[in-house]
Amino acid sequence: MLLGWAPANGCRCLGAAEALEPFDAEFRRFAMKRSSAGRFQDFYRLLQTVHQIPRVDVLLGYTDVHGDLLPINNDDNYHKALSSANPLLRVIIQKKESDAGVFASNSLQRKKKGLLRPAHYRAKPHLLIGMPQDFRQISSIIDVDILPETHRRVRLHKHGSDKPLGFYIRDGVSVRVAPQGVEKVPGIFISRLVKGGLAESTGLLAVSDEILEVNGIDVAGKSLDQVTDMMVANSHNLIITVKPANQRNNVIRSSKASGSSGMSTDSTPSQQTPSPASQYLSNYSTAESDEEGDLVIESDSAPHYIPGGCPNGGPADGPLQRSLSPHSSRGSLQSLCSHDVPGSGTLDCGAHRGFAAALGNPIESPCREEHRVWRDAGACPSPCMSLSHTMCPGCFGQRAWHGGLMQ
Amino acid sequence: ACLDPWGRRGGGPACLAQGLGVLALTCLSPRQTVEHGFPSQPSALAYDPALRVMAIGTKAGAVKLGAGDAASGQGRFGVSPPLPQTQHGADAGPRSPPSSCSPSITRVTVVLVPDDYRCGKALGPVESIQEHPRDGSRLLIGYSRGLVVLWEQNTRTVQHLFLGNQQLESLAWEQSGKSIVSSHSDGGYMVWAVSGAGQKTQQPVMSTIPYGPFPCKAISKILWRTCESGNPFIIFNGGMPRASYGDRHCVSVLQGQTLATLDFTSRVIDFFTVQSPSPPSPGFENPRALVVLVEEELVAIDLQTPGWPTIPAPYLAPLHSSAITCSCHVSNVPLKLWERIISAGEQQSPRLSSAAWPIDGGKNLAQEPTQRGLLLTGHEDGTVRFWDASGVSLKPLYKLGTANIFQTDCEHNDSLNQAGTQLPPPRLLVGCFDPYSDDPRLGVQKIALCKYTAKMVVAGTAGQVLVMELSDEKSEHAVSVATVDLLQDREGFTWKGHDRLAPRNGPLPFAPGFQPSVLVQCVPPAAVTAVTLHSEWNLVAFGTSHGFGLFDYYRRNPVLARCTLHPNDSLAMEGPLSRVKSLKKSLRQSFRRIRKSRVSGKKRLNASSPSSKVQEANAQLAEQAGPPEVEMTPVQRRIEPRSADDSLSGVVRCLYFADTFLRDAAHHGPTMWAGTNSGSVFAYALEVPSQEKFSERAVEAVLGKEIQLMHRAPVVSIAVLDGRGNPLPEPYEVSRDLAKAPDMQGSHSMLISSEEQFKVFTLPKVSAKTKFKLTAHEGCRVRKVALVSLASAGSEERLENCLACLTNLGDIHIFTVPGLRPQVHYGCIRKEDISGIASCVFTKHGQGFYLISPSEFERFSLSARNVTEPLCRLEVSRLQDTSCLRWDRRRGHRGFATAAPLHRRPPAHLSARIPGMHDSTGPPPRAPSPHNVDSPLL
Repeated sequence: MLLGWAPANGCRCLGAAEALEPFDAEFRRFAMKRSSAGRFQDFYRLLQTVHQIPRVDVLLGYTDVHGDLLPINNDDNYHKALSSANPLLRVIIQKKESDAGVFASNSLQRKKKGLLRPAHYRAKPHLLIGMPQDFRQISSIIDVDILPETHRRVRLHKHGSDKPLGFYIRDGVSVRVAPQGVEKVPGIFISRLVKGGLAESTGLLAVSDEILEVNGIDVAGKSLDQVTDMMVANSHNLIITVKPANQRNNVIRSSKASGSSGMSTDSTPSQQTPSPASQYLSNYSTAESDEEGDLVIESDSAPHYIPGGCPNGGPADGPLQRSLSPHSSRGSLQSLCSHDVPGSGTLDCGAHRGFAAALGNPIESPCREEHRVWRDAGACPSPCMSLSHTMCPGCFGQRAWHGGLMQ
Repeated sequence: ACLDPWGRRGGGPACLAQGLGVLALTCLSPRQTVEHGFPSQPSALAYDPALRVMAIGTKAGAVKLGAGDAASGQGRFGVSPPLPQTQHGADAGPRSPPSSCSPSITRVTVVLVPDDYRCGKALGPVESIQEHPRDGSRLLIGYSRGLVVLWEQNTRTVQHLFLGNQQLESLAWEQSGKSIVSSHSDGGYMVWAVSGAGQKTQQPVMSTIPYGPFPCKAISKILWRTCESGNPFIIFNGGMPRASYGDRHCVSVLQGQTLATLDFTSRVIDFFTVQSPSPPSPGFENPRALVVLVEEELVAIDLQTPGWPTIPAPYLAPLHSSAITCSCHVSNVPLKLWERIISAGEQQSPRLSSAAWPIDGGKNLAQEPTQRGLLLTGHEDGTVRFWDASGVSLKPLYKLGTANIFQTDCEHNDSLNQAGTQLPPPRLLVGCFDPYSDDPRLGVQKIALCKYTAKMVVAGTAGQVLVMELSDEKSEHAVSVATVDLLQDREGFTWKGHDRLAPRNGPLPFAPGFQPSVLVQCVPPAAVTAVTLHSEWNLVAFGTSHGFGLFDYYRRNPVLARCTLHPNDSLAMEGPLSRVKSLKKSLRQSFRRIRKSRVSGKKRLNASSPSSKVQEANAQLAEQAGPPEVEMTPVQRRIEPRSADDSLSGVVRCLYFADTFLRDAAHHGPTMWAGTNSGSVFAYALEVPSQEKFSERAVEAVLGKEIQLMHRAPVVSIAVLDGRGNPLPEPYEVSRDLAKAPDMQGSHSMLISSEEQFKVFTLPKVSAKTKFKLTAHEGCRVRKVALVSLASAGSEERLENCLACLTNLGDIHIFTVPGLRPQVHYGCIRKEDISGIASCVFTKHGQGFYLISPSEFERFSLSARNVTEPLCRLEVSRLQDTSCLRWDRRRGHRGFATAAPLHRRPPAHLSARIPGMHDSTGPPPRAPSPHNVDSPLL
């Protein structure tokens, strides 16, 4: 016998949203047989039925013996969850909002990982520490399995943060081990980390780290200015491969892990040929850049973001958020929306995301789909409303903002 | 082996073409083809009277050959070391022959001068060696201290000694060989009679100081030319009164009582005279023309026409007569407009001689240009010069001045003319090089010309926008003035830059040519950064660092003004001067760095030596002695995304008119687009009344769309492509049957080029279709872009549109349009050559120009079909066998010559290898080696 425990629709009560929230957590306890556990989809439908939320998409999670919140989203972890029931299994049901998952705090990454090594992703458990809108991923080490151990590939997530990337680069001399012996070649190095900047806060980059690649492109032979331009051009999604000056904190892989990656790990530090990984990376950078939406303001209708050309679409998040930062709405765009709603420029995105959820809007599709619907339908509540469309309704709470006004 | 003319990085053009539907690579055959303009820093001049070609050597080691008018052109040898003047100093004898000498002199002969002639002092260096005009075995050698020796090579004896006691500058023979003339450092010259063997002469026949009696400067070169019609010509350089005209660059022409002083604006390098190839009466030289090379131009004086007027040069035009500030190319100019411009130009310069260009050797084999190309250069002094860029030589057509409609501080020309009248002999101001600008605000920043309506817009440094119209008649009218406030209602800004130019009031006289009708002045008066003209809609759009405006020049009223300034942008209000401060600061810092590195370098060098400790201590002392703020900071670059409040983000970078779909897919209409430094694009829908209602109804502009590119890079160019992916035609192009009508059925798209990436968007719904992120991939930034149509090498009819892009690294990249697939890229300009990169203009058919020096344009061609390259023939007669060596030279050789500007390789031999630089009476020259044949004569 198992017991389900599920607060439906809203473990999140944020500020003003709380007042509007019509219902609180809801608990259900029910029993099912271990032997007739079935498949994940059946369980999912069962929960929807039990909670009477037939068309609401939800995320499922459970707490394991260590108290960590783990996801249930496929047969494997469903069965794993069942096996850990002792005898009670606490299942937490949470409404799925827009697309940003609770368990994957970054959709970009999810997509990328899905492409590259799905098995790895699934196997990796995620810890839910708090509400995702309170946290923001700022960096990740990626492609550990395909890089030489002496190298580190770091992705910096600039997103909408006001934090600067916060690092400087310089020319320097790199010592390489070549067949003829040690040779000195010009290289690019990190020269300074700004205190409190993104680069410093990751702890993954340090002064004197040599920069080998920028978004998969080898920097060998490029000048300091060229590398600077490349980094700035990629700054919304910067992936830099470094050879850390301090080699003691490298990720040590077991031989098994490196074997499974299909890549040899004995590559010498001097190996500078772009690895297959960098090929992948360049592909990503193009794919992801499609999500980099340019902002278009129609003078006679709602503004919208330019969807990228990528047909299978991906949610646009990082770059869009940038445009939400106060300075951009104060900027040249404001003059257009002369009778803008006061304070729209200072909206806190996170709060309004919660707001949107609270209103129960079914924001679920990727941003581009959503706002296309909006645009095509011309479904602006009022002309005045349309002018306050400085944000993409699909991703962040623009719609909620309207809702709030209508209240 | 084919050398890669573009090969800064060794390899040939890197080919990136892949997949289907790419541009046929046969279209692309990039190469540098010809240099236009005047060579930078000329250092030597030579003329061959037999071949009738001249050569100019430069300090950079280049030699340019100039042949006949038709064989127009200049070539460039890859010669490395700087070319010295044709004077050589040596105590013991001549070291090398002056370039005018026969190449047969290859030996150094020691001239032994008996001690008693030396008057107890050294002879000084050899100043001049002149071969006898009739007898090649006799040489005249002049020493610095004044002694002149006539040396007989065959008998190795001194034939005649002239015991001059004045410091010698130069020597010249009289044509018959009966007398010589020597020039001296005191500004005088002497004529000496030459007689038989073993003589010595103490006194000259004649001695005079032409500009005496007050102290004069040296006469550095003198020529004596006999003339059938009367007195001989004595032509000399210098000799001006030291006190009053010592700083002038003058060449004097003296014939009997007639003395003319030619006053040049730059230093005289050298000069020669040109005689008729077959003198009508032997015994007389009868010079046709005097050709003077000064540092900044080449001037030919017609000596057979009274008044000695200037003969217009068919090449080597001094492009930089005032510094070039911008340039613009107009291709396929209609014949009508062409003729009107030429006629306007002819009426401007009545003092030009009608004589043919005197240097007429060689034969031009280049094809007649298939179309008329016009290159417009804007200059610092407010002039716009029109150049015939159709062919190999760039010819001046017409000069338009804009300074006369403004009140400027000094009336520059008047003061000079007054000075001229003070000189006793008639002093002629010669040449057009005039680097001094009255007022920097007059500088021309942007030019737009409509070739169908002959309307032109010239915009300048003080925010002035002049709308001009070509008129064949002179006129006197008032220019209507309008001001457009680009700050609008933004508060808290005060312009700290220069004032606007004050226009002159009342009717002003205008010569036939382009005459201003409207003057629009931007407020604040910052330099105009973008301009565009639509002659069909009678609209001109202009932008500065503060915003942009739209002006209806038919009704003469502003239609629109829009501020693009960001609230935090303070730099935009500083004006152009503030940059200087930061430059100074950075210079100081880099000097400190250099000093630092020297100190530390020394330390390392001597680390093991016993004295190292002392030096180290000294170095430390030096470090301590330095100012406290000196830090050993390495050059580092901040990595940060661009933000909206970056400085100068409001600069308007491009403006564009298009008849396209902005609001919905069903209706197209006039639109205007503006792109800024911060990646913003503004699109306006224009209500333009029909032609007949133009005077009744005003043009209206309504903001249609505003696009903020997420990467915020400056927008360099905007273009709309029709349903077939072709760029929209220019105004009137279709109505005059000169272009196919654009496809208005299929959906239009818009190509936005920023400094970092190219993007094609659909219209009217602005959604991204394709893109290429150049900076993210290559680490280079876009400097210039143009849509060019290239004819493929295979078939003339097959025109392909592509996007040509010049990067900050000096590379040219070619992309397909609208697919934005990279096709090919190659190095074109050295990346250090910032002014070269900044000056580049593309033509519509795949050629381009960029400045390789302040005075020279290099022309290059992307297309295999549209190539302008010199091709000419020079027949070099070899004296021992009378057969003619036909010396054909085609520059298409891809190699040596074209690579020269990039490589500056050291071939190291000049005088012996210029074919034809020999005297007709001398022994046979060395047969031209294959190397010679490969050298370009252009």
